[in-house]
Amino acid sequence: MTAAAPTASAAAPLYVVKPFVSRVSAARRARDKALKVLSVVFTGLGVFVLFWILGMLLVKGVSALSVDVFTKITPGPGTAGGGLANAIVGSILLTAIGMLIATPIGVLAGTYLAEYGKASKAADLVRFINDILLSAPSILIGLFVYTLLVLPFGGYSGWAGGVALAIIALPVIVRTTEDMLRLVPGQLREAGAALGAPPSIVIRHVTWRAARSGMITGVLLAMARIAGETAPLLFTALNNNFWFSPTLVGGVSNLPVTIYQFASAPYDNWQALAWAGSLIITFAILGLSVATRFILSKGN
Amino acid sequence: MSMVSVSDRPAELDLSKVPIRLDVKNLDFYYGQHKALKDVNLSFYDRQVTALIGPSGCGKSTLLRIFNRIYSLYPEQRATGEVILDGANILDPSIDLNELRARIGMVFQKPTPFPMSIYENIAFGVRLYEKVSRADLDQRVESALRRAALWDEVKDKLRQSGMGLSGGQQQRLCIARTIAQQPEIILFDEPTSALDPISTGKVEDLLEQLRSDFTIVIVTHNMQQAARISQRTAFMYLGELIEIGPTQSIFLNPTKKQTQDYVTGRFG
Repeated sequence: MTAAAPTASAAAPLYVVKPFVSRVSAARRARDKALKVLSVVFTGLGVFVLFWILGMLLVKGVSALSVDVFTKITPGPGTAGGGLANAIVGSILLTAIGMLIATPIGVLAGTYLAEYGKASKAADLVRFINDILLSAPSILIGLFVYTLLVLPFGGYSGWAGGVALAIIALPVIVRTTEDMLRLVPGQLREAGAALGAPPSIVIRHVTWRAARSGMITGVLLAMARIAGETAPLLFTALNNNFWFSPTLVGGVSNLPVTIYQFASAPYDNWQALAWAGSLIITFAILGLSVATRFILSKGN
Repeated sequence: MSMVSVSDRPAELDLSKVPIRLDVKNLDFYYGQHKALKDVNLSFYDRQVTALIGPSGCGKSTLLRIFNRIYSLYPEQRATGEVILDGANILDPSIDLNELRARIGMVFQKPTPFPMSIYENIAFGVRLYEKVSRADLDQRVESALRRAALWDEVKDKLRQSGMGLSGGQQQRLCIARTIAQQPEIILFDEPTSALDPISTGKVEDLLEQLRSDFTIVIVTHNMQQAARISQRTAFMYLGELIEIGPTQSIFLNPTKKQTQDYVTGRFG
Protein backbone atom coordinates (compact mmCIF):
# COMPACT_ATOMS: atom_id res chain seq x y z
CA MET A 1 0.00 0.00 0.00
CA THR A 2 1.23 3.46 -0.74
CA ALA A 3 1.48 5.88 2.13
CA ALA A 4 -1.87 7.48 2.81
CA ALA A 5 -2.07 11.10 3.75
CA PRO A 6 -2.26 11.46 7.54
CA THR A 7 -5.75 12.34 8.66
CA ALA A 8 -6.77 15.04 11.08
CA SER A 9 -6.40 12.95 14.20
CA ALA A 10 -2.69 12.44 13.79
CA ALA A 11 -2.27 12.12 17.54
CA ALA A 12 -4.46 9.02 17.78
CA PRO A 13 -2.41 5.82 17.55
CA LEU A 14 -3.18 3.54 14.61
CA TYR A 15 -3.60 0.55 16.86
CA VAL A 16 -3.19 -0.29 20.52
CA VAL A 17 -1.01 -3.16 21.69
CA LYS A 18 -2.85 -4.88 24.52
CA PRO A 19 -0.85 -7.14 26.80
CA PHE A 20 -1.97 -10.75 26.47
CA VAL A 21 -4.05 -11.74 29.49
CA SER A 22 -5.37 -15.27 29.65
CA ARG A 23 -9.05 -15.50 30.46
CA VAL A 24 -8.81 -19.19 31.34
CA SER A 25 -8.97 -19.72 35.09
CA ALA A 26 -6.47 -21.84 36.99
CA ALA A 27 -9.28 -24.18 38.07
CA ARG A 28 -10.27 -24.84 34.49
CA ARG A 29 -6.66 -25.55 33.58
CA ALA A 30 -6.43 -27.99 36.49
CA ARG A 31 -9.64 -29.79 35.45
CA ASP A 32 -8.35 -29.96 31.91
CA LYS A 33 -5.10 -31.53 33.07
CA ALA A 34 -6.88 -33.93 35.44
CA LEU A 35 -9.10 -35.32 32.69
CA LYS A 36 -6.10 -35.80 30.45
CA VAL A 37 -4.11 -37.60 33.15
CA LEU A 38 -7.10 -39.82 34.05
CA SER A 39 -7.68 -40.82 30.42
CA VAL A 40 -4.02 -41.71 29.95
CA VAL A 41 -3.88 -43.69 33.21
CA PHE A 42 -6.99 -45.75 32.46
CA THR A 43 -5.96 -46.35 28.87
CA GLY A 44 -2.64 -47.59 30.21
CA LEU A 45 -4.47 -49.85 32.67
CA GLY A 46 -6.54 -51.42 29.90
CA VAL A 47 -3.54 -51.95 27.67
CA PHE A 48 -1.55 -53.30 30.62
CA VAL A 49 -4.17 -56.00 31.34
CA LEU A 50 -4.23 -56.94 27.67
CA PHE A 51 -0.47 -57.32 27.51
CA TRP A 52 -0.49 -59.17 30.83
CA ILE A 53 -2.82 -61.77 29.35
CA LEU A 54 -0.85 -61.98 26.11
CA GLY A 55 2.47 -62.15 28.01
CA MET A 56 1.25 -64.87 30.34
CA LEU A 57 -0.12 -66.75 27.35
CA LEU A 58 3.19 -66.46 25.54
CA VAL A 59 5.28 -67.58 28.54
CA LYS A 60 3.11 -70.56 29.48
CA GLY A 61 1.93 -71.38 25.96
CA VAL A 62 5.23 -71.31 24.13
CA SER A 63 6.84 -73.61 26.69
CA ALA A 64 3.97 -76.06 26.11
CA LEU A 65 4.29 -75.94 22.32
CA SER A 66 5.92 -78.86 20.55
CA VAL A 67 5.57 -80.80 17.33
CA ASP A 68 3.40 -83.28 19.23
CA VAL A 69 0.80 -80.57 19.83
CA PHE A 70 0.10 -80.50 16.10
CA THR A 71 0.52 -84.21 15.31
CA LYS A 72 -0.89 -86.17 18.24
CA ILE A 73 -4.48 -86.33 19.39
CA THR A 74 -5.76 -85.21 22.77
CA PRO A 75 -4.73 -87.67 25.51
CA GLY A 76 -7.25 -89.50 27.69
CA PRO A 77 -7.33 -88.90 31.43
CA GLY A 78 -4.08 -89.98 33.06
CA THR A 79 -2.41 -90.72 29.69
CA ALA A 80 0.97 -89.08 29.24
CA GLY A 81 1.92 -86.89 26.28
CA GLY A 82 -0.62 -86.27 23.54
CA GLY A 83 -1.38 -83.21 21.44
CA LEU A 84 -4.21 -81.17 20.02
CA ALA A 85 -4.30 -82.33 16.39
CA ASN A 86 -7.92 -83.55 16.49
CA ALA A 87 -9.07 -80.44 18.35
CA ILE A 88 -7.32 -78.06 15.92
CA VAL A 89 -8.71 -79.82 12.83
CA GLY A 90 -12.13 -80.07 14.49
CA SER A 91 -12.18 -76.37 15.27
CA ILE A 92 -11.19 -75.48 11.72
CA LEU A 93 -13.96 -77.71 10.36
CA LEU A 94 -16.63 -76.38 12.72
CA THR A 95 -15.67 -72.78 11.96
CA ALA A 96 -15.69 -73.54 8.23
CA ILE A 97 -19.16 -75.10 8.40
CA GLY A 98 -20.42 -72.14 10.42
CA MET A 99 -19.00 -69.63 7.94
CA LEU A 100 -20.21 -71.55 4.88
CA ILE A 101 -23.75 -71.42 6.26
CA ALA A 102 -23.66 -67.88 7.68
CA THR A 103 -21.84 -66.00 4.91
CA PRO A 104 -24.34 -66.40 2.02
CA ILE A 105 -27.35 -65.88 4.28
CA GLY A 106 -25.76 -62.92 6.06
CA VAL A 107 -24.55 -61.20 2.89
CA LEU A 108 -27.90 -61.62 1.15
CA ALA A 109 -29.88 -60.49 4.21
CA GLY A 110 -27.62 -57.44 4.58
CA THR A 111 -28.09 -56.74 0.87
CA TYR A 112 -31.86 -56.95 1.29
CA LEU A 113 -31.74 -54.44 4.15
CA ALA A 114 -29.49 -51.95 2.35
CA GLU A 115 -30.70 -52.25 -1.25
CA TYR A 116 -34.32 -53.42 -1.21
CA GLY A 117 -35.90 -53.15 2.25
CA LYS A 118 -34.33 -49.79 3.14
CA ALA A 119 -36.72 -47.94 5.48
CA SER A 120 -39.68 -50.35 5.07
CA LYS A 121 -41.42 -51.87 8.09
CA ALA A 122 -40.25 -55.36 7.12
CA ALA A 123 -36.63 -54.20 7.00
CA ASP A 124 -36.95 -52.44 10.35
CA LEU A 125 -38.32 -55.64 11.88
CA VAL A 126 -35.43 -57.68 10.46
CA ARG A 127 -32.95 -55.11 11.80
CA PHE A 128 -34.55 -55.27 15.26
CA ILE A 129 -34.46 -59.07 15.36
CA ASN A 130 -30.89 -59.05 14.08
CA ASP A 131 -29.84 -56.70 16.88
CA ILE A 132 -31.41 -59.04 19.44
CA LEU A 133 -29.60 -62.00 17.88
CA LEU A 134 -26.36 -60.01 17.96
CA SER A 135 -26.51 -59.78 21.73
CA ALA A 136 -28.15 -63.14 22.48
CA PRO A 137 -26.19 -65.21 25.06
CA SER A 138 -24.31 -67.86 23.12
CA ILE A 139 -25.27 -70.60 25.58
CA LEU A 140 -28.92 -70.04 24.58
CA ILE A 141 -28.04 -70.54 20.95
CA GLY A 142 -26.30 -73.79 21.92
CA LEU A 143 -29.43 -75.00 23.71
CA PHE A 144 -31.63 -73.93 20.79
CA VAL A 145 -29.59 -76.00 18.34
CA TYR A 146 -29.51 -78.85 20.88
CA THR A 147 -33.30 -79.10 20.77
CA LEU A 148 -33.37 -78.52 17.02
CA LEU A 149 -30.59 -80.79 15.75
CA VAL A 150 -29.20 -82.92 18.60
CA LEU A 151 -32.32 -84.34 20.28
CA PRO A 152 -34.26 -85.21 17.08
CA PHE A 153 -31.24 -86.90 15.45
CA GLY A 154 -30.29 -88.78 18.58
CA GLY A 155 -26.79 -87.43 19.21
CA TYR A 156 -24.15 -84.75 19.06
CA SER A 157 -22.61 -83.88 15.70
CA GLY A 158 -20.24 -81.50 14.01
CA TRP A 159 -23.15 -80.32 11.90
CA ALA A 160 -25.08 -79.19 14.95
CA GLY A 161 -21.93 -77.39 16.16
CA GLY A 162 -21.48 -75.70 12.80
CA VAL A 163 -25.10 -74.53 12.76
CA ALA A 164 -24.78 -73.12 16.29
CA LEU A 165 -21.66 -71.19 15.25
CA ALA A 166 -23.43 -70.01 12.08
CA ILE A 167 -26.25 -68.52 14.15
CA ILE A 168 -23.69 -66.54 16.13
CA ALA A 169 -21.82 -65.35 13.02
CA LEU A 170 -24.97 -64.49 11.09
CA PRO A 171 -26.03 -61.22 12.79
CA VAL A 172 -22.46 -59.91 12.66
CA ILE A 173 -22.34 -60.47 8.89
CA VAL A 174 -25.83 -59.03 8.33
CA ARG A 175 -24.97 -55.88 10.24
CA THR A 176 -21.57 -55.22 8.66
CA THR A 177 -22.84 -56.02 5.16
CA GLU A 178 -25.69 -53.54 5.53
CA ASP A 179 -23.44 -50.86 7.04
CA MET A 180 -20.82 -51.25 4.32
CA LEU A 181 -23.39 -51.16 1.51
CA ARG A 182 -24.94 -48.02 2.97
CA LEU A 183 -21.56 -46.33 2.75
CA VAL A 184 -21.59 -46.76 -1.03
CA PRO A 185 -22.71 -43.40 -2.47
CA GLY A 186 -26.18 -43.45 -4.00
CA GLN A 187 -24.75 -41.73 -7.07
CA LEU A 188 -22.90 -44.91 -7.98
CA ARG A 189 -26.20 -46.83 -8.00
CA GLU A 190 -27.77 -44.05 -10.09
CA ALA A 191 -24.87 -44.21 -12.51
CA GLY A 192 -25.38 -47.96 -12.90
CA ALA A 193 -29.11 -47.56 -13.39
CA ALA A 194 -28.52 -44.70 -15.86
CA LEU A 195 -26.70 -47.16 -18.15
CA GLY A 196 -29.80 -49.34 -18.16
CA ALA A 197 -28.50 -51.92 -15.71
CA PRO A 198 -31.24 -53.63 -13.68
CA PRO A 199 -30.84 -53.62 -9.88
CA SER A 200 -29.48 -57.18 -9.78
CA ILE A 201 -26.56 -56.24 -12.03
CA VAL A 202 -25.93 -52.93 -10.27
CA ILE A 203 -25.80 -54.73 -6.93
CA ARG A 204 -23.55 -57.56 -8.07
CA HIS A 205 -21.17 -55.62 -10.28
CA VAL A 206 -21.12 -52.14 -8.77
CA THR A 207 -22.38 -51.93 -5.19
CA TRP A 208 -20.89 -55.18 -3.89
CA ARG A 209 -17.64 -54.39 -5.60
CA ALA A 210 -17.50 -50.93 -4.08
CA ALA A 211 -18.19 -52.34 -0.61
CA ARG A 212 -16.07 -55.45 -1.07
CA SER A 213 -13.28 -54.79 1.40
CA GLY A 214 -15.71 -53.78 4.13
CA MET A 215 -17.88 -56.83 3.53
CA ILE A 216 -14.87 -59.18 3.67
CA THR A 217 -13.87 -57.47 6.90
CA GLY A 218 -17.29 -58.24 8.37
CA VAL A 219 -17.01 -61.88 7.39
CA LEU A 220 -13.52 -62.16 8.90
CA LEU A 221 -14.68 -60.47 12.11
CA ALA A 222 -17.55 -62.95 12.35
CA MET A 223 -15.07 -65.76 11.82
CA ALA A 224 -12.82 -64.45 14.57
CA ARG A 225 -15.86 -64.25 16.80
CA ILE A 226 -16.94 -67.87 16.35
CA ALA A 227 -13.45 -69.40 16.27
CA GLY A 228 -13.21 -69.02 20.03
CA GLU A 229 -16.83 -69.71 21.01
CA THR A 230 -17.21 -72.42 23.66
CA ALA A 231 -20.75 -72.35 25.00
CA PRO A 232 -22.65 -73.12 21.77
CA LEU A 233 -20.43 -76.17 21.21
CA LEU A 234 -21.03 -77.69 24.66
CA PHE A 235 -24.52 -78.83 23.66
CA THR A 236 -23.88 -79.50 19.98
CA ALA A 237 -20.47 -80.71 18.86
CA LEU A 238 -19.49 -81.66 22.41
CA ASN A 239 -15.87 -82.72 22.49
CA ASN A 240 -13.83 -85.90 22.96
CA ASN A 241 -10.33 -87.26 22.82
CA PHE A 242 -10.56 -89.12 19.52
CA TRP A 243 -10.48 -88.43 15.84
CA PHE A 244 -14.07 -87.73 14.87
CA SER A 245 -15.89 -89.69 12.19
CA PRO A 246 -15.59 -88.29 8.64
CA THR A 247 -19.37 -87.80 8.59
CA LEU A 248 -19.01 -85.53 11.66
CA VAL A 249 -21.72 -87.56 13.40
CA GLY A 250 -20.99 -88.00 17.09
CA GLY A 251 -18.88 -85.63 19.13
CA VAL A 252 -16.33 -83.52 17.28
CA SER A 253 -13.23 -82.47 19.20
CA ASN A 254 -12.50 -78.74 19.15
CA LEU A 255 -10.13 -76.28 20.77
CA PRO A 256 -12.42 -74.11 22.93
CA VAL A 257 -14.12 -76.99 24.73
CA THR A 258 -10.80 -78.87 25.00
CA ILE A 259 -9.26 -75.80 26.67
CA TYR A 260 -12.27 -75.55 28.98
CA GLN A 261 -11.95 -79.22 30.04
CA PHE A 262 -8.16 -79.48 30.15
CA ALA A 263 -7.57 -76.24 32.02
CA SER A 264 -9.77 -77.33 34.92
CA ALA A 265 -8.34 -80.87 35.09
CA PRO A 266 -5.71 -82.05 37.61
CA TYR A 267 -3.31 -83.50 35.00
CA ASP A 268 -0.15 -81.52 34.22
CA ASN A 269 -0.04 -82.52 30.56
CA TRP A 270 -3.69 -81.49 30.11
CA GLN A 271 -2.99 -78.10 31.67
CA ALA A 272 0.04 -77.60 29.45
CA LEU A 273 -2.02 -78.51 26.39
CA ALA A 274 -4.72 -76.04 27.50
CA TRP A 275 -2.07 -73.30 27.49
CA ALA A 276 -0.81 -74.37 24.08
CA GLY A 277 -4.38 -74.44 22.73
CA SER A 278 -5.11 -70.99 24.16
CA LEU A 279 -1.98 -69.64 22.51
CA ILE A 280 -2.89 -71.17 19.16
CA ILE A 281 -6.47 -69.91 19.21
CA THR A 282 -5.50 -66.41 20.39
CA PHE A 283 -2.89 -65.95 17.71
CA ALA A 284 -5.16 -67.40 15.05
CA ILE A 285 -7.78 -64.77 15.94
CA LEU A 286 -5.11 -62.06 16.21
CA GLY A 287 -3.91 -63.07 12.75
CA LEU A 288 -7.46 -62.80 11.42
CA SER A 289 -7.84 -59.32 12.90
CA VAL A 290 -4.54 -58.18 11.40
CA ALA A 291 -5.59 -59.62 8.03
CA THR A 292 -8.87 -57.74 8.36
CA ARG A 293 -7.13 -54.44 9.02
CA PHE A 294 -4.80 -55.07 6.14
CA ILE A 295 -7.66 -55.74 3.74
CA LEU A 296 -9.51 -52.65 4.97
CA SER A 297 -6.52 -50.37 4.57
CA LYS A 298 -5.88 -51.76 1.11
CA GLY A 299 -9.51 -51.26 0.17
CA ASN A 300 -9.35 -47.61 1.11
CA MET B 1 -25.23 -5.05 -21.52
CA SER B 2 -25.13 -8.78 -21.07
CA MET B 3 -22.16 -10.08 -19.09
CA VAL B 4 -22.11 -13.08 -21.31
CA SER B 5 -20.58 -13.04 -24.75
CA VAL B 6 -22.20 -15.09 -27.44
CA SER B 7 -19.69 -15.10 -30.22
CA ASP B 8 -19.17 -16.74 -33.57
CA ARG B 9 -22.56 -18.40 -33.61
CA PRO B 10 -23.48 -19.77 -36.99
CA ALA B 11 -26.62 -18.36 -38.51
CA GLU B 12 -29.66 -19.48 -36.60
CA LEU B 13 -31.09 -22.83 -37.50
CA ASP B 14 -34.46 -23.17 -39.10
CA LEU B 15 -36.03 -25.42 -36.48
CA SER B 16 -38.94 -26.38 -38.68
CA LYS B 17 -36.51 -28.62 -40.58
CA VAL B 18 -34.99 -30.22 -37.47
CA PRO B 19 -36.80 -33.24 -36.03
CA ILE B 20 -37.91 -33.11 -32.40
CA ARG B 21 -36.26 -35.83 -30.30
CA LEU B 22 -38.04 -35.22 -27.02
CA ASP B 23 -41.33 -33.44 -26.60
CA VAL B 24 -42.42 -32.39 -23.12
CA LYS B 25 -46.10 -31.60 -22.57
CA ASN B 26 -47.89 -30.41 -19.43
CA LEU B 27 -45.25 -31.93 -17.18
CA ASP B 28 -45.69 -31.77 -13.40
CA PHE B 29 -43.33 -33.31 -10.89
CA TYR B 30 -43.73 -34.09 -7.21
CA TYR B 31 -41.32 -34.90 -4.40
CA GLY B 32 -43.89 -36.46 -2.09
CA GLN B 33 -46.42 -33.66 -1.57
CA HIS B 34 -44.13 -30.92 -2.84
CA LYS B 35 -44.78 -29.87 -6.42
CA ALA B 36 -41.38 -29.16 -7.94
CA LEU B 37 -42.30 -28.66 -11.60
CA LYS B 38 -45.38 -26.86 -12.81
CA ASP B 39 -46.83 -27.44 -16.24
CA VAL B 40 -43.57 -27.53 -18.18
CA ASN B 41 -43.81 -27.58 -21.99
CA LEU B 42 -40.79 -27.64 -24.28
CA SER B 43 -39.12 -29.55 -27.10
CA PHE B 44 -35.59 -30.81 -27.60
CA TYR B 45 -34.32 -30.89 -31.16
CA ASP B 46 -32.21 -33.53 -32.85
CA ARG B 47 -28.43 -33.03 -32.48
CA GLN B 48 -28.74 -29.74 -30.72
CA VAL B 49 -27.28 -28.81 -27.36
CA THR B 50 -30.02 -27.45 -25.12
CA ALA B 51 -28.92 -25.83 -21.87
CA LEU B 52 -31.18 -25.65 -18.84
CA ILE B 53 -30.32 -22.65 -16.69
CA GLY B 54 -31.79 -21.03 -13.63
CA PRO B 55 -31.05 -20.39 -9.96
CA SER B 56 -30.57 -23.22 -7.44
CA GLY B 57 -33.79 -25.07 -6.71
CA CYS B 58 -35.51 -23.91 -9.90
CA GLY B 59 -36.11 -27.50 -11.03
CA LYS B 60 -33.59 -27.79 -13.84
CA SER B 61 -31.97 -30.97 -12.47
CA THR B 62 -35.39 -32.32 -11.57
CA LEU B 63 -36.49 -31.85 -15.17
CA LEU B 64 -33.36 -33.57 -16.49
CA ARG B 65 -33.84 -36.53 -14.18
CA ILE B 66 -37.29 -37.16 -15.66
CA PHE B 67 -35.97 -37.83 -19.16
CA ASN B 68 -34.30 -41.12 -18.22
CA ARG B 69 -36.77 -41.82 -15.42
CA ILE B 70 -33.90 -42.01 -12.95
CA TYR B 71 -36.25 -40.46 -10.39
CA SER B 72 -38.17 -43.76 -10.47
CA LEU B 73 -35.47 -45.20 -8.19
CA TYR B 74 -37.17 -43.23 -5.42
CA PRO B 75 -40.75 -44.31 -4.74
CA GLU B 76 -41.85 -40.96 -3.29
CA GLN B 77 -41.08 -39.09 -6.51
CA ARG B 78 -43.54 -38.98 -9.41
CA ALA B 79 -44.17 -37.16 -12.67
CA THR B 80 -47.42 -36.54 -14.53
CA GLY B 81 -47.89 -35.29 -18.07
CA GLU B 82 -46.16 -36.45 -21.22
CA VAL B 83 -42.60 -36.80 -22.43
CA ILE B 84 -42.74 -38.12 -25.98
CA LEU B 85 -39.81 -40.06 -27.42
CA ASP B 86 -40.43 -41.60 -30.86
CA GLY B 87 -44.18 -41.36 -30.43
CA ALA B 88 -44.26 -43.06 -27.03
CA ASN B 89 -44.76 -41.41 -23.67
CA ILE B 90 -41.79 -42.40 -21.50
CA LEU B 91 -43.81 -41.71 -18.36
CA ASP B 92 -46.09 -44.61 -19.30
CA PRO B 93 -45.79 -47.37 -16.67
CA SER B 94 -45.38 -49.97 -19.41
CA ILE B 95 -42.10 -48.45 -20.59
CA ASP B 96 -39.07 -50.68 -19.90
CA LEU B 97 -36.92 -48.35 -17.82
CA ASN B 98 -33.64 -50.14 -18.45
CA GLU B 99 -34.12 -50.08 -22.20
CA LEU B 100 -35.08 -46.40 -22.00
CA ARG B 101 -31.90 -45.64 -20.03
CA ALA B 102 -29.77 -47.44 -22.58
CA ARG B 103 -31.22 -45.04 -25.21
CA ILE B 104 -30.93 -41.93 -23.04
CA GLY B 105 -27.56 -41.73 -21.30
CA MET B 106 -26.69 -39.57 -18.33
CA VAL B 107 -23.50 -37.98 -16.98
CA PHE B 108 -23.61 -36.81 -13.39
CA GLN B 109 -22.27 -33.82 -11.50
CA LYS B 110 -19.65 -35.80 -9.62
CA PRO B 111 -17.62 -38.29 -11.64
CA THR B 112 -18.95 -41.77 -10.88
CA PRO B 113 -16.42 -44.33 -12.14
CA PHE B 114 -17.30 -47.88 -11.13
CA PRO B 115 -14.84 -49.72 -8.88
CA MET B 116 -13.37 -51.68 -11.76
CA SER B 117 -10.72 -51.24 -14.43
CA ILE B 118 -10.88 -48.45 -17.00
CA TYR B 119 -11.62 -51.05 -19.68
CA GLU B 120 -14.35 -52.72 -17.63
CA ASN B 121 -15.95 -49.36 -16.84
CA ILE B 122 -16.71 -48.95 -20.52
CA ALA B 123 -17.32 -52.60 -21.40
CA PHE B 124 -19.93 -52.79 -18.59
CA GLY B 125 -22.53 -50.70 -20.40
CA VAL B 126 -21.82 -52.20 -23.83
CA ARG B 127 -22.25 -55.77 -22.58
CA LEU B 128 -25.60 -54.97 -20.97
CA TYR B 129 -27.51 -54.84 -24.24
CA GLU B 130 -25.22 -56.28 -26.89
CA LYS B 131 -23.46 -59.55 -27.51
CA VAL B 132 -20.09 -58.47 -28.83
CA SER B 133 -16.94 -60.44 -29.57
CA ARG B 134 -13.79 -59.71 -27.63
CA ALA B 135 -12.22 -57.95 -30.61
CA ASP B 136 -15.30 -55.84 -31.21
CA LEU B 137 -15.45 -54.94 -27.55
CA ASP B 138 -11.80 -53.85 -27.58
CA GLN B 139 -12.62 -51.72 -30.58
CA ARG B 140 -15.70 -50.18 -28.93
CA VAL B 141 -13.74 -49.35 -25.79
CA GLU B 142 -10.97 -47.73 -27.80
CA SER B 143 -13.28 -45.65 -29.97
CA ALA B 144 -15.30 -44.48 -26.97
CA LEU B 145 -12.12 -43.43 -25.16
CA ARG B 146 -10.89 -41.67 -28.30
CA ARG B 147 -14.16 -39.79 -28.68
CA ALA B 148 -13.97 -38.78 -25.04
CA ALA B 149 -10.41 -37.46 -25.65
CA LEU B 150 -9.06 -39.81 -23.02
CA TRP B 151 -7.42 -42.56 -25.08
CA ASP B 152 -3.91 -41.11 -25.16
CA GLU B 153 -3.90 -40.67 -21.40
CA VAL B 154 -5.09 -44.17 -20.51
CA LYS B 155 -4.19 -46.48 -23.39
CA ASP B 156 -1.29 -48.00 -21.42
CA LYS B 157 -3.27 -48.57 -18.25
CA LEU B 158 -6.63 -49.91 -19.38
CA ARG B 159 -6.42 -52.66 -16.75
CA GLN B 160 -5.90 -50.23 -13.90
CA SER B 161 -8.75 -49.06 -11.71
CA GLY B 162 -10.87 -46.20 -13.01
CA MET B 163 -10.85 -44.78 -9.49
CA GLY B 164 -7.15 -43.95 -9.82
CA LEU B 165 -7.72 -41.30 -12.50
CA SER B 166 -7.90 -37.58 -11.78
CA GLY B 167 -11.32 -35.95 -11.40
CA GLY B 168 -11.34 -34.57 -14.94
CA GLN B 169 -10.21 -37.90 -16.38
CA GLN B 170 -12.86 -39.71 -14.36
CA GLN B 171 -15.55 -37.45 -15.79
CA ARG B 172 -14.32 -38.08 -19.34
CA LEU B 173 -14.31 -41.80 -18.52
CA CYS B 174 -17.97 -41.48 -17.52
CA ILE B 175 -18.69 -39.69 -20.78
CA ALA B 176 -16.86 -42.45 -22.68
CA ARG B 177 -18.89 -45.05 -20.81
CA THR B 178 -22.09 -43.31 -21.84
CA ILE B 179 -21.24 -42.84 -25.52
CA ALA B 180 -19.92 -46.42 -25.84
CA GLN B 181 -23.51 -47.53 -25.37
CA GLN B 182 -24.46 -45.44 -28.41
CA PRO B 183 -27.47 -43.68 -26.90
CA GLU B 184 -29.59 -41.20 -28.85
CA ILE B 185 -29.76 -38.53 -26.20
CA ILE B 186 -27.22 -37.67 -23.50
CA LEU B 187 -28.24 -35.82 -20.35
CA PHE B 188 -25.53 -33.87 -18.54
CA ASP B 189 -26.24 -32.79 -14.96
CA GLU B 190 -23.75 -29.98 -14.22
CA PRO B 191 -20.93 -32.13 -15.60
CA THR B 192 -18.15 -29.63 -14.96
CA SER B 193 -19.12 -28.14 -11.60
CA ALA B 194 -16.74 -30.47 -9.75
CA LEU B 195 -13.87 -29.93 -12.21
CA ASP B 196 -10.99 -27.46 -12.51
CA PRO B 197 -10.97 -24.93 -15.38
CA ILE B 198 -8.68 -26.96 -17.63
CA SER B 199 -10.75 -30.13 -17.28
CA THR B 200 -13.87 -28.04 -17.77
CA GLY B 201 -12.46 -26.75 -21.04
CA LYS B 202 -11.76 -30.29 -22.22
CA VAL B 203 -15.29 -31.45 -21.36
CA GLU B 204 -16.79 -28.43 -23.13
CA ASP B 205 -14.75 -29.15 -26.27
CA LEU B 206 -16.00 -32.68 -26.06
CA LEU B 207 -19.63 -31.58 -25.89
CA GLU B 208 -19.12 -29.56 -29.05
CA GLN B 209 -17.77 -32.72 -30.76
CA LEU B 210 -20.55 -34.98 -29.50
CA ARG B 211 -23.23 -32.76 -30.92
CA SER B 212 -22.74 -34.25 -34.38
CA ASP B 213 -24.04 -37.61 -33.15
CA PHE B 214 -26.14 -37.02 -30.07
CA THR B 215 -28.95 -34.82 -28.86
CA ILE B 216 -27.63 -33.17 -25.73
CA VAL B 217 -29.43 -31.67 -22.76
CA ILE B 218 -27.18 -30.01 -20.20
CA VAL B 219 -28.02 -28.53 -16.83
CA THR B 220 -25.59 -25.81 -15.85
CA HIS B 221 -25.48 -23.08 -13.24
CA ASN B 222 -22.76 -21.43 -15.26
CA MET B 223 -24.27 -18.98 -17.72
CA GLN B 224 -21.05 -18.48 -19.66
CA GLN B 225 -20.94 -22.21 -20.20
CA ALA B 226 -24.50 -22.27 -21.48
CA ALA B 227 -23.63 -19.43 -23.86
CA ARG B 228 -20.46 -21.17 -25.06
CA ILE B 229 -21.80 -24.61 -25.80
CA SER B 230 -25.54 -24.57 -26.41
CA GLN B 231 -27.69 -23.78 -29.42
CA ARG B 232 -30.81 -23.47 -27.35
CA THR B 233 -31.31 -22.33 -23.78
CA ALA B 234 -34.23 -22.79 -21.42
CA PHE B 235 -34.52 -20.54 -18.38
CA MET B 236 -36.36 -21.98 -15.42
CA TYR B 237 -37.46 -20.34 -12.21
CA LEU B 238 -39.36 -21.74 -9.21
CA GLY B 239 -40.37 -24.91 -10.99
CA GLU B 240 -41.63 -23.18 -14.09
CA LEU B 241 -40.21 -22.85 -17.55
CA ILE B 242 -39.98 -19.10 -18.06
CA GLU B 243 -38.52 -18.96 -21.52
CA ILE B 244 -36.85 -21.14 -24.13
CA GLY B 245 -35.26 -20.11 -27.37
CA PRO B 246 -32.04 -19.85 -29.34
CA THR B 247 -29.20 -19.26 -26.88
CA GLN B 248 -28.34 -15.94 -28.51
CA SER B 249 -31.82 -14.51 -28.05
CA ILE B 250 -32.11 -15.76 -24.47
CA PHE B 251 -28.89 -13.98 -23.53
CA LEU B 252 -29.17 -10.89 -25.73
CA ASN B 253 -32.89 -10.27 -26.23
CA PRO B 254 -34.87 -12.16 -23.62
CA THR B 255 -38.60 -11.54 -23.85
CA LYS B 256 -39.33 -12.03 -20.15
CA LYS B 257 -38.14 -9.71 -17.43
CA GLN B 258 -37.14 -12.57 -15.11
CA THR B 259 -34.88 -14.00 -17.81
CA GLN B 260 -33.36 -10.61 -18.38
CA ASP B 261 -32.71 -10.13 -14.67
CA TYR B 262 -31.10 -13.55 -14.37
CA VAL B 263 -28.83 -13.42 -17.41
CA THR B 264 -27.64 -9.93 -16.50
CA GLY B 265 -26.75 -11.16 -13.02
CA ARG B 266 -29.37 -9.27 -11.05
CA PHE B 267 -30.24 -12.42 -9.09
CA GLY B 268 -29.36 -16.07 -9.03
